Amino acid sequence: MGKKRVIGGIAGIFLDETTTIKAATHVRESGFSKFEAITPYPVHGMEEACGIKRSPIPYVTFGAGVVGLLAGLALTYYTSAIDWPINVGGKPMFSLPAFVPILFELTILFAALSSVGAFFYLCGIPKVDPPIIDKDLSCHKFAIFIPENDVGYSADRAEKMLKELGAVEVKKVAEF
Amino acid sequence: MLKRNQLVLGNKSLKDVTDDICAPIERVPSKEWMGLFLSAKTLFIFYIITIAMVVSTGMGLLGVNHPVAWGTMIITFVFWVGIGHAGTLISAILFLFRQKWRTSVARTAEAMTVFAVATAGIFPLIHTGRPWLDFWLFPYPNQRGPLWVNFRSPLLWDVFAVSTYATVSSVFWIVGMIPDLATVRDRAVNKVRKTIYGILSMGWRGTAKQWSHFEMIYLVLAGLSTPLVLSVHTIVSFDFAVSGLPGWHTTIFPPYFVAGAIFSGFAMVITLMSLIRIGFPQFKDYITIDHMEVMNKIIMMTGLMVGYAYGSEFLIAWYSGNDYERYVFMNRAMGPYAWSYWIMIFCNVVAPQVFWFKKLRRSIPVMFVVSIFVNIGMWFERFVITVTSLHRDFLPSNWGQYAWSIYDTCILVGSFGMFFTIFLLYLRVLPAISIAEVKPVLNVGRDDEGQDGHAHGKGH
Repeated sequence: MGKKRVIGGIAGIFLDETTTIKAATHVRESGFSKFEAITPYPVHGMEEACGIKRSPIPYVTFGAGVVGLLAGLALTYYTSAIDWPINVGGKPMFSLPAFVPILFELTILFAALSSVGAFFYLCGIPKVDPPIIDKDLSCHKFAIFIPENDVGYSADRAEKMLKELGAVEVKKVAEF
Repeated sequence: MLKRNQLVLGNKSLKDVTDDICAPIERVPSKEWMGLFLSAKTLFIFYIITIAMVVSTGMGLLGVNHPVAWGTMIITFVFWVGIGHAGTLISAILFLFRQKWRTSVARTAEAMTVFAVATAGIFPLIHTGRPWLDFWLFPYPNQRGPLWVNFRSPLLWDVFAVSTYATVSSVFWIVGMIPDLATVRDRAVNKVRKTIYGILSMGWRGTAKQWSHFEMIYLVLAGLSTPLVLSVHTIVSFDFAVSGLPGWHTTIFPPYFVAGAIFSGFAMVITLMSLIRIGFPQFKDYITIDHMEVMNKIIMMTGLMVGYAYGSEFLIAWYSGNDYERYVFMNRAMGPYAWSYWIMIFCNVVAPQVFWFKKLRRSIPVMFVVSIFVNIGMWFERFVITVTSLHRDFLPSNWGQYAWSIYDTCILVGSFGMFFTIFLLYLRVLPAISIAEVKPVLNVGRDDEGQDGHAHGKGH
């Protein structure tokens, strides 16, 4: 993702999720590592079948949450105790309990927005006009795409394997 | 063993689901929709004109005055923010609890949240009296000192809570919609639609890696939204509870407000879903009577919690031995605003009790009427809290009535125009049921026709 170089390959179209998962497992076991499974909805077990690691988003969430908390602390401390200290009802200048709601909201805000940013980055979106293998892949069809730069790729081998795995259609894809 | 009811009726295939849900987006709107939209839009324009008059003339047009300085604006703000809570409850809290039935109502409930919060947000901005200076609410370096906002004020906490809530719930809603927008993009038959949904779907392709990140971000946002939604109405209740006024200064306010918010929000979901089932008959297979029944149970439960809070407030007023506190509550139930108190009790505590009966709980006309009652009752709850506490405080020389004006009525009624205009537009241009979330639960409760063994392991 994010590379400018045009990569083609072979895509097999499947009609149900069980066959697709089995096919993905087989493709991975045959030594391919850069292949992609495309499904219209999140399919349970597909991560294991494709060998995808757990998404790192939660680390971003935690980090950004901590930053948000500290930012809130810095903001309230600097404005209320240093830059313009005002005595409100005899409370201390740095009245931490009263700042808790601010700290909490900023923690959530930073964590949520940064996680979404990380999600966009990791998914490679927004992307202008991504090539679409088949219009029905966001509706009721499933696909496994093997790029031509994958280890041990040959068009004939990939095509034959996908057909054996139950693909109802095998397509040559010029650009992925 | 108890058999699970099907979440989606009519033995739909994956393609049927896409077709059904995308249909309202892809056809010319019906006469009914046009009628509703034009009425809502007229009301919206009327609302804009009312706001323009109030802003240009001044707050004096409204009934707020000494001693009732908080009126329609604050009441209706709390009302709309409260309605927003059901959406996040359905989309986030029920998601964390793995409640699969939420999938078909989550999108619309969350849209309702976003629009209700947008509607709510306008009120405090006008209430400031000089809305063109509302940017003063945010802390930013300025040339007045710099004079910073007072972080010890609950009103400022509210600025942070509501703006964070509006941001995070919109982001949650939009992120959850990306795959469905890609579906609409792929189905588009003309170039304009393809371009618009192409931009909105941001180039989503549905690869396994993307879904893996998608499920993670959904979980993370659900996890973040859950404490957030509970914090928002808690902080709204602090606007009242942190002050020293009898009737406001109670520790039960945060949970009481949150329960009330969920109560009113679910009532609004029932109102809207009943209408959607009439307007888009094909959605009846997705938003089934079972879904409505579950939500009615939640309405009944939160209604009982609200009723408990009403009782508890009275008990504490008596038990505390505080004369002012006692007076406020006796005045609520028997004073000049007793009518509003009893409307509230009838609508919020008595009316939802019909849901004890399964037959009534599953009847669309009954639940529609009850949901309207609850909406009215919850507006009156905020009226009772705000007005009856303010109008007679410690000193009888400081007593007065709320001088409700025609502009108060116009602002209140007009806000529904804004909400429904946006909501009706949403039903036409965005997929109103989450396509990618419904598909994995298609097989729940479906045991015939030899579906594969994944039926119960699906979903996320």
